[in-house]
Amino acid sequence: MKIKHQIAISDTGFLFNPATGESFTVNPVGAEIINLLREGHTWQEIIDKITEMYSVERNSFEKDLHEFAGIMKMHQLLDKDE
Amino acid sequence: MEKKHYERPHIIKLEAGMPGKSGIRTEQAPTTHIDGMAVKELVKTYGSPLFVLSEQTIRSTYRKAFKAFSTRYPNVQFAWSYKTNYLSAVCNIFHQEGAWAEVVSGFEYDKAIANGVDPGKIIFNGPGKSREELIMATEKGSLIHIDHLDELYLLIEVAEKTSQKPRVSIRVNMDTGIYPMWDRFGFNYESGQAWDALNKIMHSGKLELMGLHTHIGTFIMTATAYAIAATKLADLARSLQQKFNHHLKYIDIGGGFASKNTLKGSYLPGSDTNPSFDEYAEAISSALINSHFSPGELPLLILETGRALVDEAGYIISSVIANKRLSSGRRATILDAGVNLLFTAFWYQHQVTVAQGVSQHREDTTLYGPLCMNIDCVRESVNLPMLNINDQVVIHHTGAYNVTQWMQFITLRPNVVLIDENGNAHVIRESETLESVTGGEKTPEHLIKLR
Repeated sequence: MKIKHQIAISDTGFLFNPATGESFTVNPVGAEIINLLREGHTWQEIIDKITEMYSVERNSFEKDLHEFAGIMKMHQLLDKDE
Repeated sequence: MEKKHYERPHIIKLEAGMPGKSGIRTEQAPTTHIDGMAVKELVKTYGSPLFVLSEQTIRSTYRKAFKAFSTRYPNVQFAWSYKTNYLSAVCNIFHQEGAWAEVVSGFEYDKAIANGVDPGKIIFNGPGKSREELIMATEKGSLIHIDHLDELYLLIEVAEKTSQKPRVSIRVNMDTGIYPMWDRFGFNYESGQAWDALNKIMHSGKLELMGLHTHIGTFIMTATAYAIAATKLADLARSLQQKFNHHLKYIDIGGGFASKNTLKGSYLPGSDTNPSFDEYAEAISSALINSHFSPGELPLLILETGRALVDEAGYIISSVIANKRLSSGRRATILDAGVNLLFTAFWYQHQVTVAQGVSQHREDTTLYGPLCMNIDCVRESVNLPMLNINDQVVIHHTGAYNVTQWMQFITLRPNVVLIDENGNAHVIRESETLESVTGGEKTPEHLIKLR
């Protein structure tokens, strides 16, 4: 899973896609995931890091991550090959 | 190192444009405590889902309602509507505050007697009273509100048989300008049925005519309808005075006051738009005071309002079982309390708040209950923060009708807890068990053994 390289995200969770002019708001866990994606981390690494930082079960987070990726895809924030 | 609080990842597209005419949504603070008791602790001790009732709110609401009427009318009596919530603890709070009992079945009548209510202060309403129940109510001197002519004749028979004069009123239905008009209960005013019934009672000489009763409908959102009802009953009372020189002891205006809940399809919240006790009291009291009654002859004004007195005192605490996304992309959350416990979800948009601290991120969510039935929807759309499994939500204004109309359907009914005025919790109805539900079942001999 790769995020489009031009996507910009602020510390407060404001996300901007210059290609479409659309903007989004992301909650802290969402912002953390997007930052990890921008740094090039893999799916498994994201799960490792988030479950290490936050009080969430691995299975539970994996389900949420899957759904989050689906919404990102719907908003065309991911690279097409994903 | 302690891990950070997890909130499931969420992204929402910002839509540019003009704000809607409703303005920006208002934030609702989490309900972490009810009457000083932590929601999480209540769930830990009594389980989830959980009905919670606040004694403090019941008493303060009753006092507010009583004050609204007693400051405007000299002689006021409330009668607690058992069908609204007949848990004995709840009934007894109202009785302690001074309310009589208003019952609509033999079961409710027995319950009121068991609660220690003076039989002379029990109003027996309803269309389905049996001969045995009428005999019992007559012998005990309760107030019987006659619903139809067959009951009137039956009571005359009962009077002859028991050699007692049943204390009666008639229930009057009428056009008060509201729709739908309730005409299935009692005798119609406009067509002359009510006057006819009153004549029959007076001419029989077997019944003691105590008063007049009406119950114009439910969740009446205009106080004016009550003024019309009171005026029409006062006219009947005057006719009785003129023809029979009979002075009625009371006028019972029934119930039907709207609570602060919001009806489905309403544009504005019920807490902003539904009439207050003061508005109802002003309409009813003014109509009676401005009628022909001379100051010393004003009859007792009886009120049987139930919903508006207890709705606000009830909460359901429910836990999140799962989150899922529907095919439309809408978020759905499954709760452990559904329409089996929250019957009123069929007509109210119940206020739902979360029971734990949350961030500012929110999403439109559909709240479903745990039943394997398509109708089991608690809220079709509610803007809620991200909820995790085992988080709690608090459903507000559930005190009326839910613990009477709830269903033992698919799952067992939970504990009901009352928080007293000192902040102590008491279980006032224990959760059901398999034994308590199946205890009355009888399986024929040939069906006991499985293959």
